[in-house]
Amino acid sequence: MVTKLNEVDAVVIGVGMTGAMIAKEFTLAGLTVVGLERGPDRRPREESVLPRIRDELKYVQRLELMQDNSIDTVTFRNNSEQTALPIRRWGAFLPGEGVGGTLNHWGGMHWRYLPTDFRIRSTITERYGAGAIPGDMTIADWPVSYDELEPYYDKFDKMCGVAGKAGNLRGQKIAGGNIFEGARSDEYPTPALKPSGGAVLFTQACNNLGHHPFPAPFGAASQPYKNIYGIQLGACEYCGFCGRNSCEANSKVTAPTHIMPALRDEAKFTLRTNAFVSKLVYDRQAKKVTSVLYTDMNTGEEYEQPAGIVILSGYVFTNSNMLFHSGIGEPYDARTGRGVVGKNYCYQFEATATAFFEDKNLNPFMGSPGDRAVIDDFNGENFDHSGLDFLGGGYIRGGSGAEPPIGGRAVPADVPSWGSEWKKETVRWYYHAVEFQNQGSVYANRANYLDVDPIYKDALGRPLIRLTYNATKNDHAMSRYMLTKIDAIIKEMNPTHYELHPRPLNFTIVPYQSTHNTGGTMMGTTPANSVVNRYQQSWAAHNLFIMGASTFPQQHGYNPTGTVGALAYFASDKIVKDYVKNPGPLVQA
Amino acid sequence: MTEIKLPRRDFLKAAGAAGVAGAAATTGIAACSPETQTAANASAAAPDTYLVLTNEEVAFLSAAVDTIIPADALSPSGTDCGCVVFIDGQLGGAYGGGAKMYRAGPYMKGTPEQGYQLPLTPHQFFVAGIRAANAWSEKTYGKLYDRLTPAERAEALTAWEKGVAQFDGFESRLFFQRLLQITMEGFFADPIYGGNRNKASWRMLGYPGLPATYADKVEEYRDKPIVVTEPLSIADFS
Repeated sequence: MVTKLNEVDAVVIGVGMTGAMIAKEFTLAGLTVVGLERGPDRRPREESVLPRIRDELKYVQRLELMQDNSIDTVTFRNNSEQTALPIRRWGAFLPGEGVGGTLNHWGGMHWRYLPTDFRIRSTITERYGAGAIPGDMTIADWPVSYDELEPYYDKFDKMCGVAGKAGNLRGQKIAGGNIFEGARSDEYPTPALKPSGGAVLFTQACNNLGHHPFPAPFGAASQPYKNIYGIQLGACEYCGFCGRNSCEANSKVTAPTHIMPALRDEAKFTLRTNAFVSKLVYDRQAKKVTSVLYTDMNTGEEYEQPAGIVILSGYVFTNSNMLFHSGIGEPYDARTGRGVVGKNYCYQFEATATAFFEDKNLNPFMGSPGDRAVIDDFNGENFDHSGLDFLGGGYIRGGSGAEPPIGGRAVPADVPSWGSEWKKETVRWYYHAVEFQNQGSVYANRANYLDVDPIYKDALGRPLIRLTYNATKNDHAMSRYMLTKIDAIIKEMNPTHYELHPRPLNFTIVPYQSTHNTGGTMMGTTPANSVVNRYQQSWAAHNLFIMGASTFPQQHGYNPTGTVGALAYFASDKIVKDYVKNPGPLVQA
Repeated sequence: MTEIKLPRRDFLKAAGAAGVAGAAATTGIAACSPETQTAANASAAAPDTYLVLTNEEVAFLSAAVDTIIPADALSPSGTDCGCVVFIDGQLGGAYGGGAKMYRAGPYMKGTPEQGYQLPLTPHQFFVAGIRAANAWSEKTYGKLYDRLTPAERAEALTAWEKGVAQFDGFESRLFFQRLLQITMEGFFADPIYGGNRNKASWRMLGYPGLPATYADKVEEYRDKPIVVTEPLSIADFS
């Protein structure tokens, strides 16, 4: 028995960051909105408070805020010849659940992509010739430019209260900021965080080498800040508990702190939590989604929610899987290269290093991911790839701190993992480690994709989504090059001891690496090369809009959240201004 | 992989234990409070009964955590720090019962890149793993693990860590990795879970604990260690 509900102007599937943003913008425009969130509500004043929030076991090790694998997970294999097996407990990446979604527990690295990233295929072709891009590298230009997105990047920055220092203000390069970034229309809303001890050392070394270091832009206010929805936010406490946890200070950007207080009581908005959407009801003739089916996970009862506009704002895997389950769009076939849903799945390729400084005291528990220093000299097309055996790149960051004790005790690799010697060495090095990371790009490859798993099912009896992914030759060549740059920076810092950590040959689903999954519902210029157009509108159903990094054509050398936020505002602006008055395709196929 | 038989009584105990996990946590807090307990005699506060661990499992885990974390000038032993009580609470609670874990079959071994694929919950994993480790110990040394000398215990642990020990129906290396992980969690987690008694590991590291508000200290203490006289935990603020 399915209970049919009254039609609303818009239904939002997944009340994470983008879902909450869109719901807020729609209600401001006078639309009635129902938000369906499969996880629980999140109440910062009850949950994100001292002392309970400072619990590393609960949040960091037991993954309190993450999606429940027993209800829905992902199957994984390295290549099409293998049988994919389920991720039984999250490892390499950590999708979140509940109001606020994955952004509740993010590390806060808040970036814009380079102007050249948005036209990467064209830029590479112009610079290195038509043959420079390997045949199996399926990268594409974005159907939207940096300049078009800039006002929305700026709006998202101001919703978040991002901390940072501009390096390119309206075309004026500013030393000490990121001189490689696209022109910003405004300075960051709050000043950059104070650098950690490790970041100071990193900055000195990079200056000596002629690089261009700057403070990491951070998705948290560095001082008290009122955002564009009138919500008063706190300042970062440098507590060290950012990753995998929410924020006690109401500083780090999350939907429950930065949007929900201005949305929850909105008369035109209805929030339904524990509402697990199973399917979009698709009218192929009309090219519309007429309603969505969901199961109330408290009662087990099923409901049908009709809506004029459908916003699919789940995590990357949810978005593709919802299209598979609903028969919307042609699934990608890796053998023929035909089809689009599930195509161009990408990840982040992060080589790391650790250096130990016996004579420095670096207070490893203090700080936040935002007190790192960064160089962007070897990202994307910021450097010449002539004569190199790869395309792409990534930023390099260095710093110390924000390491709670269960997971954050770096020791040199030859130290035993237990016993008195381990204890002695753990104490010896505890205050003295600096971490380095390359946020490496992953340029799409035709062998990496998402499709429907033929064996395993979720709690509602639907097939799980299957991830087929491995690192490519290009990824490894890029990463090796980045490690030579990290190596030179570390040598300049003159440590007691250091270690480089190249990536293993095969991608592995454990241990944790990055939650920067992208693609599967990529954007593009035609229905033949993409799932959505530049406004994130489905080619197959004009009232369906898809939010999140699932629409990225490939992954560049940055954390995705800044661009995800800008795209959500770009799309919602177009929907409110044009689509509501004239429902239909916003780009002619 | 051969089938691992699990005694039914352990299943029943595990199922019933989740409800009383809170009681164990309370015991843990009392044991950690410096007013009531010092690290030296902390073991006296260990509960007489465990939520899910059997006598054999308690004996095994005590010997194992004391090998991983021996008593020395830096800290009391793993047992005295409450690591076994911690493990009992974890295995008897939601985590041990496999909460939030995808458990549906079919089960296939898979590649190392595909991660954990056993049908066992964490509690079942340790029940089966301890049995396999003790059987190996009997076969190799003629004694259960807890009866070995300290040198033999260390030698055995090394054989598991390297994966050279052949357990019957179990990967010794995987067992070692999980044992090491849960022991470290018990040693370094907030004392509210029954381990890290008297905040022994935090004192050892110089980790200040809570409230962890450092906005006004980042610059003041740059390249200068914070002197930690008394680390503070969740219970100290409750």
